[in-house]
Formats: sequence, structure tokens, C-alpha cells
Amino acid sequence: MSGFLDRLLGRGKGSGATAKQRLQFILVHDRINLSPERMEEMKREILAVISKYVNVDDDHVDIALQQGNQRGSVLVAEVPFTKAVEGIERDDPEILSSLDETVPKRDAASGASRPEADEQRDD
Amino acid sequence: MGEAGRPTAKPPARPTTLPGPAQHNAHGKKSKVVTITSGKGGVGKTTTTANLGVALARLGKKVVLIDADIGLRNLDVVMGLENRIVYDLVDIIEGRCKLRQALIKHKAFPDLYLIPAAQTRDKTAVTPADMVQLTDQLREEFDFILIDCPAGIERGFRNAIAPADMVLIVTNPEVSAVRDADRIIGLIEAENKGPGQLILNRVKADMVRRGEMLSPDDVVDILAIKIIGIVPEDENVIPASNSGVPVSLNENSRAGAAFRNIARRLNGEEVPITPLDGGGNILQRFVRFLVGSDSQ
Repeated sequence: MSGFLDRLLGRGKGSGATAKQRLQFILVHDRINLSPERMEEMKREILAVISKYVNVDDDHVDIALQQGNQRGSVLVAEVPFTKAVEGIERDDPEILSSLDETVPKRDAASGASRPEADEQRDD
Repeated sequence: MGEAGRPTAKPPARPTTLPGPAQHNAHGKKSKVVTITSGKGGVGKTTTTANLGVALARLGKKVVLIDADIGLRNLDVVMGLENRIVYDLVDIIEGRCKLRQALIKHKAFPDLYLIPAAQTRDKTAVTPADMVQLTDQLREEFDFILIDCPAGIERGFRNAIAPADMVLIVTNPEVSAVRDADRIIGLIEAENKGPGQLILNRVKADMVRRGEMLSPDDVVDILAIKIIGIVPEDENVIPASNSGVPVSLNENSRAGAAFRNIARRLNGEEVPITPLDGGGNILQRFVRFLVGSDSQ
């Protein structure tokens, strides 16, 4: 019935919905201004940190960008893991130093959202 | 959104009053510099600038339009003033004429003026500081200073937004135009000229109804920015440009009415944004009327 009514009203699901979906995907990547290589690097480093504590199921990891509040972006990560990594002390100096070399630069990370924009719209 | 994961570096402090510092002019009124921009070309920036200028003049405001598209002069033609140009924007900035000599007065509206772009120069002939200095002089006399920004994100864009108290972003409900508008919105924010307001131009109500065109709600969702007007596609617009008489002077034009409403909003009036005319055939309109679903 509702499909019939939609047709009678001249409404329908057309290419407009596709345009909206595509634009939302494109813009979330445009806005952060981070190259695909840097994005991959960030994902690898995030996983390296998590792997320090738990055994990550690498085949089912999903880290992706989504549109956040207003014009901000959200990094959404689904990281399945089995159990804590055994036999490594939390403050193991070797692991910490190996991580230090790959810690992302701050200015690259701060581009991931537009906090200014969020603040402005709060008023 | 969650801020917990962000590094401690804070964004620079921003002024909380928006839009920017409006100054009082000779009439003791606040003058406002409004830049009309879009990113993509061909979405209706110049048409919008011309129509808002005429509509504000009809509201009794003293208005000057600046064509900042150096090398691609167009606002003069759309306004029907192309035969009256002696001096241009670059002549003022390089001191070849007095500001007053380059102001072209509109025949029908004695309080509406145009400063045309130079046609034989390029955008590097003007700097953002030049534009700020020029508009500071114009603020003394005018209520509204509208700047028609060139397409693109280069020097011409920076010149045009440098003096802006308020930036209007014109776009069409098409993927390429919306994407470019988003880029421009980001750049405006980066220059502390944000957040800007949106004009959605050339909306076809019947296509929106069929789901074959992004609706105004869709575009606002995507761009996350305040909308100041929706201008329907209207066959009166091209004849108006053809004859150099902006469509906002046509009482029967729906696009003209939309531009007049935007001008009233710019002037501080509360004018509700009217839903799109539903479009469709007479049976569809009738059924929508019965079902009561004719609002967007």
C-alpha cells in the first residue's frame, strides 16, 4: 500500500539517496585531508598499540571514518581480540621504545576533526 | 563528538561574536560586507550577487557590488551596466582613479552601485589587504557591500573573503557542486570567516519529489551548515540575464521572490524559509493535498 501511495504521490527512492550516501562518504575523507598512506599508517600504529595488550584477530579488524557531529569526523574501530598478551610486562622498555619510533605526529592527528566548527555551532 | 582521544593541542581561540566586526557608517548604521562564493563555477554566484544587490536596494539600503572576478568580468553584464564602465577595481587599487570615479550608479536605483572587475589583468593585481582597505572606505558610506567571488580556491577567493563579515556559499543540488561547497566551507572556517550560510540554487521541486535530486534537507545534512535561502529553478532567470534586468525585479518569478526573501533575511528580518512547491502533475498535487503531505 505504501509503495502504491508513494507512486500516487510521485515519491520514490531515486538517485538522490545514492547521491547523499556517496557525498557523505567522499566528504568525510575530503575533510580530514589525510592521505590514504597516512591513514593506513595510523591504522597500523593503532593496532600495534592494542596488540601490545591483547591478541588481535587481524582478519576481522575494521577501522573506518564516519561523519560525526556537525562537520567533524569520527574514527570508528572494531577490533576483535581473544585474550591478553601473556608474558610481557606493561612497562617493558623494549616494546615502549619500539612504539616511540612510530608514534604519529600530533599535527597530523589534529586534522582528523574540526573542533573549531563544533564549538561554533554549540551556541 | 568525543574529544578524549585528541591530542592536547588546542585550536586557536576564536572570536565568539559572529559575523565579524560590523562598523558604523556615516548614517550611524552598521555596514556589512557579504561575500558570495561557491568553489565551483556556474552555480549562480553572479546571478545571486546581482539579485541580492537589487533586492537590498529595493529595501531602501545603500548597496555597492564589487566584482572580484578579475579577468572574467561578468557582474556588469548581468546588471545591465556594461556600457558605463570607465574605471575598474584594479584602477582604484593602483591609484589611477578616485574610488568615487569607479562607482557606477544604477539607473533605476540611485542607491545601488557597482565596482567592476578589471578585464585585462589577473587576480595577482589585487591582494587581500587591498580588499580590506577598499571595503573599509566603502563602509563609511554603504549599508551593504556585496562581493562576487571568483570560482576556485586560489588568490581571487582569498581576496574576496578577506574583508567579509559574512560569507554566503551558493551551491546546486548536484554532487560536484556540493562537494566543492564543502571544501569552501572548510577553507572559510580555516580563515576564521565561518561558519557561512548556504544558498541552495536551481532546485527542481518535481525532481526532489521523485527522489531524483538531493533535497534541501539532504544538502543541509551533508554540509552541516545553516541555510539562508532556497532558490527554485526558474525559466525567468536566463531572460533576465539576457536583458540585464535581475530577476528579483520580476514580481511573477519564483526565483525572484526567493532572492528577495534572502535579501530581507540579510537585512535582519525573520522570514521563514518556505517549503518547496510540490511540483508534479495535478493528480499528484491533489492526492498530496488530500493526504496532507505537501510540506517538505
